[in-house]
Amino acid sequence: MSHRLPNGGRLIRRGKPQSFTFNGKRMTGYAGDTLAASLLANGQTLVGRSFKYHRPRGIVASGVEEPNALVGLGRGDRYEPNQRATTTEVFDGLVAESQNHWPSLDLDLLSVNNLLPQFLTAGFYYKTFLQPRAFWKHVYEPIIRRSAGLGKAPDDKARDPDRYEQIYAFCDVLIIGGGIAGLQAALSAAQSGARVALWEQTAHWGGRAPVDGVQIDGKPAQNWIKTTVEALEKMNNVHLRLRMMGAGVHDHGYVLGYERITDHAPATQAPRHRLWRMRAGHIITATGAIERPLSFAGNDVPGVMLAAAMRDYLVNYAVAAGNSVVVVTNNDDAYRTAIALRKAGLGVPAVIDARAEANGALPQEARALGLRVLTGRGVRKVKGGKRVKGVEICRIDSAGTAHSEVFDCDAIAMSGGWSPVVHLWSHCGGKLTWDTNGHFFRPDPNRPPTGADGAGFVTVCGAANGVMSAVLADAHAAVVTALGRQDLPMPAQDQLPEEDPLEPVWIMPRRAEYPLRAKMWLDYQNDVKVSDVQLAAREGYQSVEHTKRYTTLGMATDQGKLSNINGLAVLSDALGQPIPATGTTTFRPPYTPISLGAIAGEARGAVFQPLRRSPLHDWHAANGADWEPVGQWRRPFTYKRPGESRDQAVNREVRNAREAVSLLDASTLGKILVSGPDAGRFLDMLYTNMMSTLKPGKCRYGLMCNENGFLMDDGVVARIDEQSFLVHTTSGGADHVHGWMEDWLQCEWWDWKVHTVNLTEQFAQIAVVGPKARLLLERLGGMDVSADALPFMDWRAGQLGGFDVRAFRISFSGELSYEIAVPASQGAALWERLMTAGADLGIMPYGTEALHILRAEKGFIMIGDETDGTVIPQDLGLNWAISKKKTDFLGKRGMEREAMVNPDRWKLVGLETLDGSVLPHGALALGKGKNANGQAVTEGRVTSTYFSATLGRGIAMGLVAQGPERMGEELIFAGPQDKRIKTRIVDPVLYDKEGARQNV
Amino acid sequence: MSEIMRSALPGAEFTGFVQVSEAGLQGMITLRADLAAPQLATALKSATGCAMPKTRKITRDGAHSLVWMSPDELMILCPHAEAPALTDRLSREMAGAFVTLANVSDARAMFRVTGAMWRDALAKLCPVDFASLQTGDIRRTRAAQVAAAILVTDAQEAQIICFRSVAGYMFDLLSIAAAPGAEPALYV
Repeated sequence: MSHRLPNGGRLIRRGKPQSFTFNGKRMTGYAGDTLAASLLANGQTLVGRSFKYHRPRGIVASGVEEPNALVGLGRGDRYEPNQRATTTEVFDGLVAESQNHWPSLDLDLLSVNNLLPQFLTAGFYYKTFLQPRAFWKHVYEPIIRRSAGLGKAPDDKARDPDRYEQIYAFCDVLIIGGGIAGLQAALSAAQSGARVALWEQTAHWGGRAPVDGVQIDGKPAQNWIKTTVEALEKMNNVHLRLRMMGAGVHDHGYVLGYERITDHAPATQAPRHRLWRMRAGHIITATGAIERPLSFAGNDVPGVMLAAAMRDYLVNYAVAAGNSVVVVTNNDDAYRTAIALRKAGLGVPAVIDARAEANGALPQEARALGLRVLTGRGVRKVKGGKRVKGVEICRIDSAGTAHSEVFDCDAIAMSGGWSPVVHLWSHCGGKLTWDTNGHFFRPDPNRPPTGADGAGFVTVCGAANGVMSAVLADAHAAVVTALGRQDLPMPAQDQLPEEDPLEPVWIMPRRAEYPLRAKMWLDYQNDVKVSDVQLAAREGYQSVEHTKRYTTLGMATDQGKLSNINGLAVLSDALGQPIPATGTTTFRPPYTPISLGAIAGEARGAVFQPLRRSPLHDWHAANGADWEPVGQWRRPFTYKRPGESRDQAVNREVRNAREAVSLLDASTLGKILVSGPDAGRFLDMLYTNMMSTLKPGKCRYGLMCNENGFLMDDGVVARIDEQSFLVHTTSGGADHVHGWMEDWLQCEWWDWKVHTVNLTEQFAQIAVVGPKARLLLERLGGMDVSADALPFMDWRAGQLGGFDVRAFRISFSGELSYEIAVPASQGAALWERLMTAGADLGIMPYGTEALHILRAEKGFIMIGDETDGTVIPQDLGLNWAISKKKTDFLGKRGMEREAMVNPDRWKLVGLETLDGSVLPHGALALGKGKNANGQAVTEGRVTSTYFSATLGRGIAMGLVAQGPERMGEELIFAGPQDKRIKTRIVDPVLYDKEGARQNV
Repeated sequence: MSEIMRSALPGAEFTGFVQVSEAGLQGMITLRADLAAPQLATALKSATGCAMPKTRKITRDGAHSLVWMSPDELMILCPHAEAPALTDRLSREMAGAFVTLANVSDARAMFRVTGAMWRDALAKLCPVDFASLQTGDIRRTRAAQVAAAILVTDAQEAQIICFRSVAGYMFDLLSIAAAPGAEPALYV
């Protein structure tokens, strides 16, 4: 049984007990514990059930590589599934639940899957649930979803109350990993004067050197770690960060760092996580190595643990994984665990070493302590179900049909060697090489990830580089190489006892038969076994990437940190090829899962997206505005009065604009100043019609097309003076049109003397619309707004009611209309003045829907309704706005292409339903017969459709094949539920065709 | 007239590990021209008292500043009430030259971020190396999802200019970035 020892524990504070619950059971740990350490200290070795077979699972590792000990943390709004107990620092009040069991962790009825493993072998789903088809959705999938999977998703009503943020940072050298290699790299880099950042994912500096007994300059590593951290903290050019994981290395030295600020201290007001967006000149990874499990039958029984992890628990937390531990290894390093356990007074019945001989310094030390070392042996199988009870030993080269010896024990420490953490090196394309001495993949220094200059921008050092001793020298050398500096002070020297080479063992015993291989776990989290990978190979899978997806090896939340190398070694063996020929799967960021909150950062709630407010926004909000989004703006769709429906409000607004006087907030319209000696020439290129001939004080409507001739934007241009024009664009098109102008000016016509300034937000623009509009403006006093002084399509600058304004006589409603521009800071005051002055005239504001109806009654087109990026002006009957005199303008040649001059193009017409109803949006007109795909032929579509309060019936515009030549013809439009709507083709201008009302 | 003029978020203020406040109405004039033209430098000097700023720099004289915006663009800062007349004056003086002036005072909102840790607050929103930004520097960038200009006025303060329509968004952003307890301890 795992338990806490009375003494020791370098990271815990026994004076600070922490109370937490696991599956509702109250437990106590110490400050400094990880949750995993606390659970083991409380004798909780069973921590979860496996993915497919619901096998009992225990803690196997001590860090980010942990595949089994995933728990649901927190409750309610703060519940989070799949959190690793090994990287969760315990705190008072922590609530954890085990996952994937039903009904309980101890009694899991779904572990019946375990008795029928042949049903869930590699590719099981692909092979099994094919027939009958309908069963998949209704029977198989619900059962599988119930049975398989890890944590539960949080409740859909849950709202994470924590704060998250991101931050941008910069440095010359970023070192990822704060073990002794990382610390030395930081020290050397800092001594060069470079701006240095050092990140460590755990809460402690120094990595595993203190646990492994590393000596530096003849003293315990801890002394050197302390001195070095203190030295670095004092340097102004060094930025140290704990609890910060290097999540991903991206192009151009861009690195994402995941800082867990309050996971261990949830009561503080700091953000929970912070995502660092670091731009580093050079990156040094000192990410260490991960120990590999051994593949023997029952290697997933709770109590089987990585040897180094067992040592971590013992030294760091004074936690013993068991009272009696058998150590199984193929290398010298695992002897450290045997020695440490024995020195702590725990039972070590035997060290099982797969090698024929074990005569290195560490095995010798173990023997000197009285430990029994069995060489040339391996584990035949583990005894026990929910807990290790013993282990059967056999010859390593045998088939494992019989055991030679049996040991009683309650824990097993295994070590299959080490794999450098090459993830960050690989993210941007750094290549690996197979190390034939260490039997692992390590970074190939000749093939680093390269930057814009073709040089490598990542360097690796320490265990991550496959260097297991003289680590400080390697770290120092990495800095010297990366920075090209030979003059840096030499580092201290780290010493470890010399180790004999390991002997690779990928299957234990080597000739194990199927029943044993079917119980050897490679990927604990996704329940993939040696037999699954071998089956895949027999079925023809050769590529490691295909095998991964077929067997799901390495596809769980741990991304195969323990299983990758073992899996591809087994695959290589099955394919009869060396491991480097098989290669690895792709390492992708993030290194371990990061929270969605950190990715979203501050962008949630009110600042999820920028909301653009016009200068009149507050007035609208206070006066019943029913908002609609227009790009990032909010514009009033209509202003509802108490008791009114939306439709009623819209109809009221339409009638009032036709009968009295109304106001529209047109501030969102784009307003771009185009100025300079070549401004006229420039606008002649931008617009389809002639703008250079416009006289100051005059306005002209124009169309803007892209190079293909497709209509892009429209609006009124006002000439301000000889050299400058004010270009009005659509609300949604302002930024795009401004960018479009700058693109042409900067890239194509760079020698034209034209400046553009986006003045959209400088002005509030208020449309005063309706037969009483002039009367209202005259009441304000100031400039002459009479028909003679300010005729239709003219503009004047002057004063109205003491406001400095520009008044434009333009109309998008067909009524007498003035658009009054005033500096934005005065917009609200002018609006309020107009509302007061017009009270007895029946003044009211109208929203965007009334705007649309008013323009549709007049047959005015709307960019985005009548156009969709495939429509040319000619389609809309706007030939009058296309200059025939100009030799060129943007889109001119595009419009001349064959498809654009095809007489069969769909063209704009008015549409009138025979029964007066409103046509559905986007409805299609049905033609005769079917097309090649068996679909009904169509000959037109609705582009705008409304109920016209003015006319008392539905009105619409649409694009119809040869439409203008078919006036009076009837069309059939398809409606919902196969409805057929008889509609007549009419003139699109349904109201005041001669334009008398706007020109008074 | 002053009672009818409203800045974007009059009086908006937030106190976190730095102070965030809306700066009120600020005169701003966009000037686009060949900045190397001697005639321009003379006209600006006499109208504002400020010398022509170098790349990414601000020059100042009392209530007036010249802010470098791009290789062919300056922003003139002046009292809000003065902006229309100053625009007219410079337009007259530069008539005939290829120079464009526009009063953009009301197109913008300005915020002050005050306190020793202003860099730490802004680093959460802007992809800028604030270590390289010193008093008298201007940096055009973005703050989260909107365009922004940062003017470093002194060691304890930066001014942020954004478009007026997104003043609310900017104020909310700055307040979130400056929330008490969220000090990243990056620059101090």
